[in-house]
Parts: sequence; structure tokens; C-alpha cells
Amino acid sequence: MFDWKWDFTFEILPRLLLATTNTLLAAGIGYTIALVVGLAFALGQRTSITLLTVAVRECVEFIRSTPLVLQIFFVFYVGPQVGVTLAPWTAGMIAIGLHYASYLSEVYRAGLDSVPKGQWEACKALNLSMGRSYFRIIIPQALPPAIPGMGNYLVGIFKDTPMLSVIGVAELLHTANAVGSETYRFLEPYTLVGILFLAISLPAAFGLRRFETWARRALGVD
Amino acid sequence: MERYLDFLVEYGPRFVDGTIVTVQQTVLAALLAVAIALVMGLMKLSKLFLVRSVATTYIEIFRGTSLLIQLFWIFFVLPLFGITLEKFTAGFIAVGMNLGAYGAEVVRGAIISVPRGQYEVAIALNLSPYKRMTRIILPQALIAMLPPWGNLFIELLKGTALVALISVTDLMFEARQINGTTFLSAEAFGTALIIYYLLARLLISPSMLALERVMARKMGRTPGG
Repeated sequence: MFDWKWDFTFEILPRLLLATTNTLLAAGIGYTIALVVGLAFALGQRTSITLLTVAVRECVEFIRSTPLVLQIFFVFYVGPQVGVTLAPWTAGMIAIGLHYASYLSEVYRAGLDSVPKGQWEACKALNLSMGRSYFRIIIPQALPPAIPGMGNYLVGIFKDTPMLSVIGVAELLHTANAVGSETYRFLEPYTLVGILFLAISLPAAFGLRRFETWARRALGVD
Repeated sequence: MERYLDFLVEYGPRFVDGTIVTVQQTVLAALLAVAIALVMGLMKLSKLFLVRSVATTYIEIFRGTSLLIQLFWIFFVLPLFGITLEKFTAGFIAVGMNLGAYGAEVVRGAIISVPRGQYEVAIALNLSPYKRMTRIILPQALIAMLPPWGNLFIELLKGTALVALISVTDLMFEARQINGTTFLSAEAFGTALIIYYLLARLLISPSMLALERVMARKMGRTPGG
């Protein structure tokens, strides 16, 4: 390719690789938040309190239907207005975590709905407590159909981390932008970022498919 | 509350301007995405290895990296190869190409979900491959792919918010500008969020549902249709 400078490429590569760890860290923290909050969102929609169910449902719909990048701005800039000044990392993790929590809650919900009603009746007949019913009977059965969706969103959150660059989280794209504005060269940094993303997301997607088959077998579904 | 009304009176027109640009970006990107999805989805089902690999490469590259990176690449790097795009054009092309890759998988899935017997009947009736696809297979696949397309169009609408980062004056761009001059962050970003939500819930979802109903009736899948 014309104008591609290899010495420049190798000069900026270490810096971009270092930023990749931040990207992975952001995806990891964000996903952990999403896993937990998503479960809360899903269970919140299964209570007998109609008001709570409707409120959580609307909340999830709202978060799901609006752009993540705008939510990142919202959390980052509105925090100080109400007296909570958030660091870019904190604001970013809250925004991306909540966004993916709303996605994951739908995955959980579909999984929980797929458990036959008779399982609940059996729990009741055996006089199991609510917690025991969920954690020993229902969730183990709800998990296998949820695993593919959960895997997709793990790759999805990783691919959405570049949006954190807008509030100055020093992840991969932010670093590429910095390199670009220092050197006025955009070809190498942006192309490298694309390649790094492919190099991680493609094997990750492949690995997740393998994990799915393994998990289904381990959980005794197949 | 009154302060917010004053805010709306003062900045309402700019939100309207931004919304118009966002809708334009969404419609143009959606048209591009549907076209790409059809072509790539069909190519992925080709018998020819070369045609299949072109589609696979396209889909994997666009689904394997982020929309934001693709947008920056198209806007900042493509000019180095002699292709300079207007920011407005670069915006909807990036969004359309990205969602087109996701759509291609939807198209492919819908086409293979059409029962095998339908192909066999079309062959038995001596329909040409073109007629077989356009008259028998695609219409049935269309019904299966409409619900996932509804979700994709909402993703697409959300994706257009990123074009603000290459200075296309869409809804998010206006929100950022207003936030920058007034420091009324909750009002500026909150209003934009609500407009995006209304566009998704009142424009995209109902029209996709209506389309699903029309298609079901045309295909004779509803009683009394």
C-alpha cells in the first residue's frame, strides 16, 4: 500500500498495544457490571408488584433504544450538575455497564421464560424457598439458552468501548486519535486499531462458539 | 419545570434541525444497509467459493470492528487513497455499511429458513433461478426477516449518533453544542435522548409492525386476508 510507513507502524505499535489492555479492561469491567445489573433488571420485571415491573420494563426499553454515546455524555456531564463529579473511567463504566445490562436483561428474560412452568410448580410442591428455587432449579435451566446471547454481547461490549474515547478514556481509539493529532498521520493508527479489533474479536467469537458447545454438554443439555 | 420550558422555547428549533439530519442519515443508511444486506446475504449462499469468500470477508471485517473505527477510517483515511467524501456522505455510508453486514446474516438466515421443498417445487415447475429467488424464496424469507430488521433499524438509528463525531450536524451534535454553550447538560442531553427514544418507539417500531402485517396479509398468512 502506498505511503504506509513500517518504521512509524512499529514505533506506535507498543503504545497501541498498551492501550489495548485498557480496552480489554473497560470491556471486562463494563461486562461485569452488566451481568449483575442485567440480572437485577430481569428479576425486577418478574415481581408481582406491577408498578415495579412496568417501571423497570420502561427503563430497559429506554436505555436499549437510545444511543450509547449519548448516554456516556449524559452520565459524564450531568453527574457534576447534581454534585457527583465522575472520572471519565467511572462515568464510562456506569454508562456502558447500564447499556449492556439492559441488553443482557432481555437475554436473561428469554432464558427464564424458556423454563417450563411445571418446574416452578415442582419447586413450590417441594417447599423450596425463593432463593433456592432460583439458584438451584430455575437459573441452571435458564442458563444454556442464554449463553449464546451473553457471548454475543461480550464481543459487542468490546466493540463499543471505542465510544468511551469521547469523554477521554485512554482506550485504543483515544490513543490512535492522540497519535494522529501529534503526527498528522491517520492511515497507520486507524488501520492498526481496526486490525487489533479484528485480531481480538474474531478469535473471541470463535472461542465463544466452542465454549457454548462445551457448556451445553457440561450442563447436560445435549 | 418552567426553566425547562424556557430552554425548549429557546433551543427547540435547533433540536428540530438536528432531528431532521438524524432522520435523513437514518433513512439513507437504512436504504444502503438493506441493499448491501441483500447482495452480501445472497453472495454468502453462492455455490462459488470466491463469491462466498468476498461476502464472508466483508461481513467479518464490518462485524469484527467498531462502527466508530469504520467511520473514522472512511472519513480520515480514505482521502489518502484519493476517495474524499463529504462528512454527511461519509456518515451514512459508514453506518449503512456496518449495519449491512449485520443485515446480511439476517438475510442469509431467513433464506435458509425457507423449507427445502419450496426450492424443489420451483425447480419442478421449471422456474428460472432468478424467478425462483424473486417470486418464491425471497417473499417467504422476507416475512421471517422483518422482525430482526426492526431491531437492526433501531441499532442503525442509534449508530447515526456517532456521525456527530465527524461534525455532521445531527441531533447529538446539536445536543453537544447546546451543552457546550449553556452548560445545561441534563436538559441538552436529556432532550436528545428523549427524541431518539421517540423516533425509535413511535416511528421505527410501529412502521415495522405495520409492514409485518401488510406482508403477512399479502402472503395470505392471516385468516381472512
